[in-house]
Amino acid sequence: MDVGRHPRIRLLAYSEVEKVEGEVGNFRVTVRKKPRYVNESKCTGCGSCAEKCPTVTSDAYNLGLGKSKAIFKYFAQGIPSSYTIDASVCRNFQQGKKCGVCAKVCQAGAIDYKQEEQILEVDAGAIILATGYELFDAGRVPEYGYGRIPNVVTALEFERFLSASGPTHGHVYRRSDLQVEAKLPELEKASQKVLRELEKFEKTFSMTSDEFFEKFEAGELTGAQYDEWAKAIKGYAPLKQQLENARKQVDCMESAHRIAFIQCVGSRDKRFNEYCSGFCCMHSVKEAIIAREHDREAEIYIFGMDIRAVGKGFEEYRNRAGEAGVTFVRSRVAEVTENAAHNPILWFEDTKNRIVRSLEVDLVVLATGCEPSPAAHKFSAMLGIPLTDFGFYKTKTVPALDTSRPGIFTCGCAQGPMDIPESVAQASGCAARAAQALSESESMRLVS
Amino acid sequence: MSGNGEDMDVTEARIGVFVCHCGTNIAGYLDCEALMEYAATLPNVVYAKNNLYTCSESGIGEIQKAISDHRLTRVVVSSCSPRTHMPLFKSACAEAGLNPYLFEMANIRDQCSWVHMQERDAAQAKAKDLIRMAVAKAVLLTPQKDIEASLVKKAMVLGGGMAGLSSASALADMGVEVFLVEREAELGGLLRRINRVGPSGEKASDIVADMVRQVRDKPNIKLLLETELAGVGGVVGNYEVVLKTKSGEEIKQTVGSIVVATGAVPLNAEGLCGYDGKRVITQIELEEQLRDRKFEAKNVVMIQCVGARSAERKYCSRICCLSAVKNSIYIKELDPSAHVHVLYRDIQMYGTENEKLLWDSRGKGVRYDIYDASRPPVVKDGAVELYQPLTGMTVEIPFDLVVLSTPLVAPADSQTIANYMRIPVDGNNFFLEAHAKLRPLDFATDGIYLAGTARYPATVPEAQAQGLGAASRANTILSKDKLTFSALVSQVTDRCDGCGFCVDLCPYKALSLVEYEKDGQIRKKNRSDSILCKGCGVCAATCPKGGVVVLGFTRKQLEAQVDAALESLQ
Ligand SMILES: Cc1cc2nc3c(=O)[nH]c(=O)nc-3n(C[C@H](O)[C@H](O)[C@H](O)COP(=O)(O)OP(=O)(O)OC[C@H]3O[C@@H](n4cnc5c(N)ncnc54)[C@H](O)[C@@H]3O)c2cc1C
Ligand SMILES: Cc1cc2nc3c(=O)[nH]c(=O)nc-3n(C[C@H](O)[C@H](O)[C@H](O)COP(=O)(O)OP(=O)(O)OC[C@H]3O[C@@H](n4cnc5c(N)ncnc54)[C@H](O)[C@@H]3O)c2cc1C
Ligand code: SF4
Ligand code: SF4
Ligand code: SF4
Ligand code: SF4
Repeated sequence: MDVGRHPRIRLLAYSEVEKVEGEVGNFRVTVRKKPRYVNESKCTGCGSCAEKCPTVTSDAYNLGLGKSKAIFKYFAQGIPSSYTIDASVCRNFQQGKKCGVCAKVCQAGAIDYKQEEQILEVDAGAIILATGYELFDAGRVPEYGYGRIPNVVTALEFERFLSASGPTHGHVYRRSDLQVEAKLPELEKASQKVLRELEKFEKTFSMTSDEFFEKFEAGELTGAQYDEWAKAIKGYAPLKQQLENARKQVDCMESAHRIAFIQCVGSRDKRFNEYCSGFCCMHSVKEAIIAREHDREAEIYIFGMDIRAVGKGFEEYRNRAGEAGVTFVRSRVAEVTENAAHNPILWFEDTKNRIVRSLEVDLVVLATGCEPSPAAHKFSAMLGIPLTDFGFYKTKTVPALDTSRPGIFTCGCAQGPMDIPESVAQASGCAARAAQALSESESMRLVS
Repeated sequence: MSGNGEDMDVTEARIGVFVCHCGTNIAGYLDCEALMEYAATLPNVVYAKNNLYTCSESGIGEIQKAISDHRLTRVVVSSCSPRTHMPLFKSACAEAGLNPYLFEMANIRDQCSWVHMQERDAAQAKAKDLIRMAVAKAVLLTPQKDIEASLVKKAMVLGGGMAGLSSASALADMGVEVFLVEREAELGGLLRRINRVGPSGEKASDIVADMVRQVRDKPNIKLLLETELAGVGGVVGNYEVVLKTKSGEEIKQTVGSIVVATGAVPLNAEGLCGYDGKRVITQIELEEQLRDRKFEAKNVVMIQCVGARSAERKYCSRICCLSAVKNSIYIKELDPSAHVHVLYRDIQMYGTENEKLLWDSRGKGVRYDIYDASRPPVVKDGAVELYQPLTGMTVEIPFDLVVLSTPLVAPADSQTIANYMRIPVDGNNFFLEAHAKLRPLDFATDGIYLAGTARYPATVPEAQAQGLGAASRANTILSKDKLTFSALVSQVTDRCDGCGFCVDLCPYKALSLVEYEKDGQIRKKNRSDSILCKGCGVCAATCPKGGVVVLGFTRKQLEAQVDAALESLQ
């Protein structure tokens, strides 16, 4: 927010760096600004367009759990607050159809279907790489069944569950139930369609479907027109069953009471990333505490090897989770299977009692690790700066924020996994290094 | 701002009310047209208008035009949050020649349309209440002038460890004159006692030498060694610092900003786990042995969390697992046949390179054994007795050296330093930042910043990043030509009789009692510092006699608002 208002910060959102030339004190950066098809300076972020846009897609921010439109804002408090058209789904761009609904409703006149990408040149004395991280793809760990078992979710998906502005308004449900609920309108529509069809037949032949079917089965009525009716009736039965089941399931849908967190998913694992992702222990503790606050009865387990509560107040926070009834189990979970009720079963070694055990829960949350953003490779090649063995920008112990190239600094998860306070401190630190580099380059220029 | 509207006669309240639709954010739930018509009926309102976006260029233009066309002397915008939009509207007023303190806001979005989406009728009524309250208060607003203060472009950095050295060096490069104050005779802090810096393995002395050279090379850093802090007065921009040298000499300096980098010290292990300083030593003592090549032992047992993560010291010290893993490797490198056993609860090798170091140490044959906090290892004569929760057995591990990893603790005088500067410490006596997540290097008090292990145990690169960060935070103040503060601060009135109720309650320590003489008697009276005061209102709410008020929130103004609020009940 402060960044958006600051008179000396020019924000180039929805943009990619194409090229960097020059050296400290004198970099020339070429930036490709992608078209939003919405004029940023006119768009006031009111959202009228998205309200009326007929194209419904799944919401990337809510991890496919919610719905979004072809004209969207990534999240409510995003900066800049401008909307963006996703040309890959928008009817105007895709189906060659004349939609134009958003342009009509936008009172600020901000929609611009003809907007083109822009190439900008920016002069900079120093560069700070803060390209962050990507989440480890949980599907890569075969034994935890992510993608196969619906009630295994990632920590980030779980954050959206817990959020009051998320797709479930802060309630935690089994994803399998939510999927059924999401399918309900579709089923209802399909069943109504068949019912209407049956009604038509009933009118034409002046008898009820039941009467007809009895006679048809008995072989009393034959002929192509009757075959069609019978086919529709036969098709309706399983649909009806499906609908009834779904309704029943949704009616008795209960929030997920038993939740297990599995730590180090993709991290501290020779098959994937050897390293520790630093922040996942604490976000599981946080999510566990919040889930308990939402539901005092919730049974919550955190399965981990070490709980890395190393920041200020973190150990105390972890203890608070314990006091609030969260159970910590020192164990690396071996496998997650699913039972007929779609509940995940965890298989693990209870190291305290030295036996292999299993535990049925409603929901499993995977603490997926931190991976370097693909941007790291791009900038490493573009700027000729080395990465660590793990793909993060390489720095030294001291100076801690410098890359190998003068005037180029790095902070946050781009440099390695870390939490928000560490990232913020480093970011301020980079600002100081940038100022120092400029004064150094200044003095060098004066000397030569 | 083109002016403060000083020449305009504003005694008569001629109010203009602007009702914002905020696109559909407000208008989607409230009838803004009706709100505008309602506002026009309120006393003293001479103009009312609704806009799609009051904050847009055209919206701002309409406010400014109305100020001149309708000779408005008060402006009320009923829209969104003052936190984000108040500055914009205030400066719009100022540009149009109206004193910006004659502006008032009603938040009918965040506090109404957004939170009452489901109850539109009630929300509409509430929006009317909010507008009526704002108008009632606006009548009683008075013009004010921003408080301006000069500042000194100098900084004091307290503590010459990695954090302080980094801060001082960065501030100097930003053109600030820096006083680097160090209690000891040498710079470098804790690093001077350390052998090599993990996980990368550079010699600590090389790192210190390099940093010290940088600092000594900069002419605008004044080094004050063997000097301690003796007092701090004044306010941001003009802190008056009193220092005392070893010889007892007093130095006074005025600085604009202060960086606190006083570090932390390893807990003294006296009385813990059989510590004797010879066969049972601490991790920092092992560092010194390794540094001085005095280390010789064949069977080493390290015990983690000694004096940490316990009832009396609840926190994890963040760096001692790294120290142990690092030193276990050095011991194996010196003598691959040596046995090193690390007894731990959780091995805190967070991040990429630390975890790698842990893998490496395992590869070199260092043994790791978990212990249970409820059954900690016992150091006996020549062997450590360990209950292994993983096997359910109790084993004896022979040793000729036991190394205790004790946590970093706040220096004994941190409370004194905190009192000098009126900054808080946490339950463990580490300095307490303004916001744990978003403002890790700031204090709630303006102009004072925090870095390194004075905040919380940190590694060398973390301490440096924080030191640099604190420098850039300090420069956000020092790079200004003058400091501007809101005029909406506390003021002591004639009714104050010096009872002092409010003085201790002020969270920003802006109040003090001063003595004066009247009718030959010594009396006391409250004095408020308008720069320290943040206008929070605690004092005004405390004083039973109206002895202190906060401008912009005077009793009269608040009463008018309350009366207006209650009108809807009548
Ligand atoms: C589920 C979950 C919960 C968490 N909870 C907490 C918590 O409670 N507390 C806490 O302290 N931490 C938490 N964290 C950690 C926190 O997310 C990180 O510490 C923090 O986001 C790091 O900030 P960053 O700026 O370094 O990286 P990022 O947040 O990843 O930001 C990097 C930015 O760079 C942009 N970018 C990338 N490549 C390019 C490019 N080529 N050009 C332009 N821009 C680019 C990205 O789009 C992104 O906006 C959590 C993490 C997860 C996964
Ligand atoms: C056993 C051990 C091993 C370690 N190993 C590693 C490692 O391998 N890798 C790593 O990254 N980190 C390691 N560390 C941590 C590292 O030592 C710290 O990160 C670093 O030294 C902190 O620097 P600092 O500037 O914050 O504090 P300090 O180094 O403590 O500096 C503070 C300075 O302030 C001065 N001071 C204090 N009070 C006052 C006052 N009132 N007035 C004036 N001056 C004052 C002190 O004399 C001191 O010089 C280790 C720490 C220990 C204990
Ligand atoms: S043109 Fe139509 S489909 Fe495309 S974003 Fe606008 S409203 Fe949606
Ligand atoms: S922070 Fe915790 S969960 Fe994440 S990788 Fe490290 S040990 Fe595993
Ligand atoms: S860093 Fe390791 S030894 Fe130090 S307190 Fe934390 S867990 Fe214990
Ligand atoms: S208004 Fe708040 S900050 Fe100001 S003097 Fe009163 S209590 Fe202190």
